Amino acid sequence: MQPFQTFTGLAAPLLQENLNTDLIIPKQFLTTLLRSGLGKHLFQDMRYREDGSDNPDFILNREPYRHATILLGGPNFGCGSSREHAPWAILDWGLKAIVAPSFADIFTTNSYKNGLLPAVVSPASLAALAAYEGELTVDLLSQEIRAGQERHPFKTEPWGRTMLLEGLDEIQQTLTHLEAIEAFEAGRAKDSPWL
Amino acid sequence: MNPRTLYDKLWESHVVEERADGTSLLYIDRHLVHEVTSPQAFEGLRMAGRPVRRPQAVLAVADHNIPTRDRALGITEPTCRAQVEALEENVHAEGTAVPYIPLLDDRQGIVHIIGPEQGFTLPGVTLVCGDSHTSTHGAFGALAFGIGTTEVEHVLATQTLVQKRARNFRINVTGAFPKGVGAKDLVLHIIGLIGTAGGTGCALEFAGEAVRGLSMEGRMTLCNMAIEAGARAGLVAPDETTFAYVKGRPMAPKGRDWDLAEAAWRRLPTDAGAHFHRELDLDVSNLEPQVTWGTNPESETGITGHAPDPAGAASPEAAAQMQAALDYMGIKAGQPLTELAVDVVFIGSCTNGRLEDLVEAAAVFKGRKVAPGVEALVVPGSGLVKLAAEKMGLDRIFLEAGCQWREPGCSMCLGMNEDRLKPLQRSASTSNRNFEGRQGRLGRTHLVSPGMAAAAAVAGHLADVRDYLR
Repeated sequence: MQPFQTFTGLAAPLLQENLNTDLIIPKQFLTTLLRSGLGKHLFQDMRYREDGSDNPDFILNREPYRHATILLGGPNFGCGSSREHAPWAILDWGLKAIVAPSFADIFTTNSYKNGLLPAVVSPASLAALAAYEGELTVDLLSQEIRAGQERHPFKTEPWGRTMLLEGLDEIQQTLTHLEAIEAFEAGRAKDSPWL
Repeated sequence: MNPRTLYDKLWESHVVEERADGTSLLYIDRHLVHEVTSPQAFEGLRMAGRPVRRPQAVLAVADHNIPTRDRALGITEPTCRAQVEALEENVHAEGTAVPYIPLLDDRQGIVHIIGPEQGFTLPGVTLVCGDSHTSTHGAFGALAFGIGTTEVEHVLATQTLVQKRARNFRINVTGAFPKGVGAKDLVLHIIGLIGTAGGTGCALEFAGEAVRGLSMEGRMTLCNMAIEAGARAGLVAPDETTFAYVKGRPMAPKGRDWDLAEAAWRRLPTDAGAHFHRELDLDVSNLEPQVTWGTNPESETGITGHAPDPAGAASPEAAAQMQAALDYMGIKAGQPLTELAVDVVFIGSCTNGRLEDLVEAAAVFKGRKVAPGVEALVVPGSGLVKLAAEKMGLDRIFLEAGCQWREPGCSMCLGMNEDRLKPLQRSASTSNRNFEGRQGRLGRTHLVSPGMAAAAAVAGHLADVRDYLR
């Protein structure tokens, strides 16, 4: 995973509450064997009309939001299914950060583990960011989003922030603790022999 | 030692290492694997040359995208077939070989049905699966939760996960269930009360006499939908009902191991005086059969109720959201829910695809017919559920009523296979999510219990199951 760098980009507002992972990437695209290529189906049912043409009302189909790298979302963003295809599709489309007042637990974990930043902001900050015209700068080191002269702090999970900043391979890191895992397994074999 | 909750005990007994950033490396005892969320994980292992660390801790099965009829003909949809073939290759390949239940095996079924059925799910274990409804297994007093594919790979490689401890949230349920009302109604009611994000960051323990009185099937229904309230894990303390269910299952401990295990499991329930971050008390004595009217599981009410009126919403935003949900569902503000004609009835899923659920539905179908124009699918949760139901003659009741009796799988719960709603079709469904498009593009889903689904099939519209119980 590439380390997460401070970046500047456009933010598209999609502020509806409980935007679930079925809406982010519908089930018919979960039959893939790959992590890549899902961006064209991101928000499929909201983004395309029945005949397959672009829905002109959908935010990511409008200029300048076609070039957004930040999505402003509503409360409980990413609720529902555990499908990691949701952050895969979001990243594949070109978004690098989701900014929302709250996220569902599994989506949060899946995002961090793929290099997507789920930034938690206050409802007041979200409203200000949505109203701001111009590019935003997302700075994970100082945990703030800069909108011109405005600075809006955001919250992260400390483990997730480290993982993003360092671009860690978590499995490799865990395997450096192999001795502790083996010791735990030995203890478990003794006190829970049925497992 | 301080009094501890069931969750505290499960968590603390699986911590390999605590870390400075507030997370812990947690040991994982059991891992269920299916075809949809595992291919990228197996590929990751292969690319890095990492073997599966503990194959005996894994059980793999195909369930999500498989057809539920003419199974001998194979899978016709090419990408679905490729995914099942990839699973079959992965579970047999050197380095990643793990126990696997083949598609045509009687034990095949939905991951969350076969785990308990095989005794793979046990009290006191940590259990994960790349599926959010893994919370189901918490019904045994196991710490069970859904994970993403990167975490699936992490567990396969290391038998651990990096996790943050959850908060403790207990729901105490008193009273006796009225006739025709059960676990599904209770969990829908709870989600309606606390909301779809009400349990975020929490492990949700269901306790109290009404929960103690539930069968394992009912407890699984309850824990299954903990995730619909935002809680990754649901929990019920193990007791005699649990032990009676587990004992004798193929993968359950035997002989002296059983005695040791049972003694350990008896120490799991929450200690008196243990601290909960949040508690909620409710009484089911007057609970009605529940039904959802909107596009998330918290949009629900009793069957004698009406769709809400946005005019009475708390804020303009809430009113707009409510109106959008009503529009999507094709319902008028204030409309009585029993007026809504259904096109499809789906009975099955990891929420309600067990034998007890089919018995409940069959009691309504017996001697009655599915209303003209209604398509009713009964999809058993596993091959063993199917066989048991056929032994009881339930298949004949369903078929005589005009239902379709299908092969086991996830089916129309998420419609990854052919079983989907057509645009604007309305379903009464025993599944767990009524999200827009969940059961098919523009499909309209009403979540209900198996008895309520059967009543809707017979009536041709949403109906009160209590009118159909003799």
